This record gives sequence, C-alpha cells and structure tokens, in this order.
Amino acid sequence: MRGIAVTTEKNMRIYYRKAPVVIFGLLFPLFMFVAFFIGRELEIELFFPAFLAMTLFFTSSSVGPLITPWEKQARTFERLLSYPITVGTLVLGDMAAGMLFGAAISVLVLLVGVAFVGVGISSIVLFLAALILGAICFASMGVLLAAPASSSPSNIMMLSSLIRFPLIFISGIFIPLGELEGLRLATSYASPLTYLVDAMNHAAGGPTSMPVVVDIAVLTAVSAVFLMAATAIHKRSLMKGL
Amino acid sequence: MTSKAYALEASHLTKSFGALKAVDDVSFSVYQGEIFGFLGPNGAGKTTTLRMLTGLLTPDDGRVAIQGFDLQTSLVKAKMQMGVIPEVGTIYVDLTAEQNLALTGRYYGLSRERIAQRTKELLSALGLYDRRADRVRTYSKGMRQRISFACAIIHEPSVLFMDEPTEGLDVQSRRLLIDMVLELNRKGCTIFLTTHNIEEANALCQRVAIINKGRLVALDRPETLRSSFEKTQSVEVSFDPPLDGDALCGGHVSKVETSGDKFILYTDDLHGTIEYVTDIARQRGVRILSLRTRGPSLEEAFVMLTESTSRGCVIND
Repeated sequence: MRGIAVTTEKNMRIYYRKAPVVIFGLLFPLFMFVAFFIGRELEIELFFPAFLAMTLFFTSSSVGPLITPWEKQARTFERLLSYPITVGTLVLGDMAAGMLFGAAISVLVLLVGVAFVGVGISSIVLFLAALILGAICFASMGVLLAAPASSSPSNIMMLSSLIRFPLIFISGIFIPLGELEGLRLATSYASPLTYLVDAMNHAAGGPTSMPVVVDIAVLTAVSAVFLMAATAIHKRSLMKGL
Repeated sequence: MTSKAYALEASHLTKSFGALKAVDDVSFSVYQGEIFGFLGPNGAGKTTTLRMLTGLLTPDDGRVAIQGFDLQTSLVKAKMQMGVIPEVGTIYVDLTAEQNLALTGRYYGLSRERIAQRTKELLSALGLYDRRADRVRTYSKGMRQRISFACAIIHEPSVLFMDEPTEGLDVQSRRLLIDMVLELNRKGCTIFLTTHNIEEANALCQRVAIINKGRLVALDRPETLRSSFEKTQSVEVSFDPPLDGDALCGGHVSKVETSGDKFILYTDDLHGTIEYVTDIARQRGVRILSLRTRGPSLEEAFVMLTESTSRGCVIND
C-alpha cells in the first residue's frame, strides 16, 4: 500500500501539469462539449450525464498513457524499478493517479452543472459508485495503453487518441442508446463507456437502456481485465525502450 | 536465506535476448563490506548482469541473493537492502532535490523526521543544501549525479550498486563521490561498482571481475590479476656508475633492454630478479639509483583478457 501511495503522489506531482494531460484530459472534452452544443437548441440537462461520463472517460484515461513512456524517455524508469516495489504496485499507483484526476475533474464539472445549469442527481450513492468505477476502469485503460514498449510519449498519446476517440461516438453520448438499433446498437454494447453513460443516466434519473446492475458488473469486470492485462504486459515489456 | 558471509551471491546467471546470449553462466560472490569492481568492454554483458543483480531483469537461469534474500522469492526484501545508482542521472527534473530525496525515502518506508534528517545530512555533505529547494532541471550534470547518489543511500543500504558513477563528472564531483563511497564502505556498506575506468577500479576495488562476451573471464584482486600476466612483468633499474647490460643477463631475466640511462629486465619472477639485481650491485660495488617493478597495468590485463577468449579464465574466488 505504501508503494502504491508514493507512486500515486509522485505521478500527481509530476504528470498532472504535463501538456498532453491538460490537452487530452481537459481541453478535448471541453471542446467536444462546446462543438456539440454551440448553435443547437438541445436540452443540456438531458445530455449532461453523458457529457459527465465523457469528461470522466477523457480525464481518467489521460494520465496513465503518459507515465511509463515519459519515465523511460527521461531515464527515471530504471531507478523507479530498483525501489522496493513490484510491477503490480507501479500499475496500481499509475491507475490511482489517473483515477483521482478523473474523479476530481468530474466532480468539479458536476458542481458547475448543478450551480449554473440546474442539473440534478437523483441518487448520490449511485453517482459515486459510477464515478469511482468509471474512473478506475478508464484509468486502468490508460495504464494498459502505456504498456507497449515505447520511450516516446507522443507515440503512445497518438495510439491512445486513436483508441479513445472512436469510443465516444459509439457509446450513447451524442446519440442516446434508445435511438440506436442494429449494428450500431451492437457496437455500442462493446464499448465500456456505454455502461458508464448508462450508469450516470441512472444516477441522474435520465433515460436508461440497461439495469444498473449490468452497468456496474460490466465496469467492474472490464476494470479487472484492464488491470490484469496492464500488469502482464508491463512485466513483459518492462526493460524495452530503456 | 543463504550465507550471511556474502552480501551478494550470483550463481549461474544466464540471460538471452533472442538468439543472443548476453550473459552465460556467470557466478560470483561479493563479501560483506567489500568494494567489488565489475569490468568489461561495451556489449560484454555488464549492464544485463547488473540489471539481474538489482532485480530489474529476471534471469533465464540462475539465481541472485542479496544479504541472503533470494531476488525471485523475496524481491521487495532484497531490494530494501540495496541502493542503486544507474548510469545516467536518473532523478526527477521536475522535482526539487528535497522532493527527490523525500520521494525515495518514502519508497523505503522512512519516517518524515528521518527523511528530513537524512536530507539535511546528505545535501550538506554533497554541498547542495543551499540549492535544496531548486528544481533539479536547473542543476549541472555533476550536481544531478550527486543527488542521484544521495537518493541511492538515503535509506543507508547495506549493498550499493553503482553503474559508471563518475562517468563524465568534473574532478570536484568525482572526488566528492569517491570520498563518500569510501566513507560508506568504512561504515560497512558493500559496494558493487561497474566501471569502464580501470584506474578507478584499481584504486578502489578489493577484487574485480572481468566479463567478456557474456562470460566471466577473470575474478581476482587487481594486483594478482596484473601479475598473472607474467611475461610482461619487468624491473626497471639504474646504477651509479652505469653498468654494462651484459652483466645483467642471468638469473630469471629473460631479456634486457636499455631505456635512456636505465635497464629494463623482463622476467617471470619479480622477487627473484630484484634479489639478483641487488646481488649484482653489491658484487660490482655500484649504487642502485632507482628500482621499480613494471607489471602489466590492470588495463593491460583487461585488454589481454578481453581481446582473446583463448586465454581461458583467471578466477580466484
């Protein structure tokens, strides 16, 4: 636990202010929100849970991909590995940094929504559960994206954008799941972001497509798979790129 | 747990990368409190061996124990015993010197008070206390390496691994680091030093191991290693008044060369040749003005060992 806490603190101190995290984690969801709403007469309350999910998705998955490639490029990774910690500890520390970043920004966005847009949350417990699980899930995805052997942060950030961007278009953010059918609906079920959007809608009392138990179960299972895969791949490619 | 007489035990370490066997059945032990040098040309397998010794790489075969803790079964306990200074100045440039040390201290479980105390001690000793709150990105290479060194010893490790620690440093930083390494060693810390600097290894190390093409080709005291290359040993001597060189042929001397007003006597027995030279001087009633032995330097031994694998091993563990 000590190793996880110290790794998390290290990541928060060093990586939260890095340009790729600010651009891909904060500015991109903001731009997406503005691009979708400007000039259109949409009910913001209706779309807010989905936008909150998108914010959580972008912010929590933006820290993880940067850490390992950055450490390899800056040649700090070898010393980090010599500390009395395991690869699992490092992965959890990286995940926790992404999770805290995503959760903090999303809570901030929610507070702004509540204060200025009149957004309401019907179940705080459900909102917190969705927030934490979503943050863990997509922070784990971020760490998994960093697992390929690379000492070039820009390459990994490009790869991460390549994977993250399509997901926001198939996960019921811009088009509610209820309006999808056939192959488009089937594709949306393959995206873990879909379940976060649905869970946020449950929490906000909006239109839903699945029982909340399914959302929670899928997010938990996907988080576990991402974390296990990240640990296994990190172990295998630990020294590559050094 | 294994023997506590050894700080470090490596047995039958083997590591391949694809078809390349980077390290091939390497075994050695380092005694408690010893300064042990690990030498080899580029690509010989030094870094791969060091990474296996510090738990960064898992060997394909063989095992490593640090203070009796097996790296494969007790990785974290073994790592708690060691400090590592990687080759390049690997500290966080976005953090200050104090923050780097605090981060490292917390990884080793030191209390806040202990971290503060050690930070003050180390930064003062390394001449960086006044710069403690500056970000490391504003430091010179020598200053960064000093911080890297401080990070490696903040928890007072019992075994310190150093990979080319003085490479590219200015004289002042180099001397400071060497003095601190010697001080640590006096307090009982075992030092494992990887270096290209043969003279540094010769001056610091009690024993050295030489690796070439993934295999250990020598392990001994530097002096023993040098003298094991007997054919290039010689005695340089000058007399007053000068002698005829022919008078020096005999005994264990295989060849006599003149060099200015001195003679160089090649021999396979330094001790016998010195006795022979002093006997001649006494018999002829001449004074010996100067006399010194000229063995192969450790560098020459290193070159000879690594140039040809046909010489076999010189291992005296």
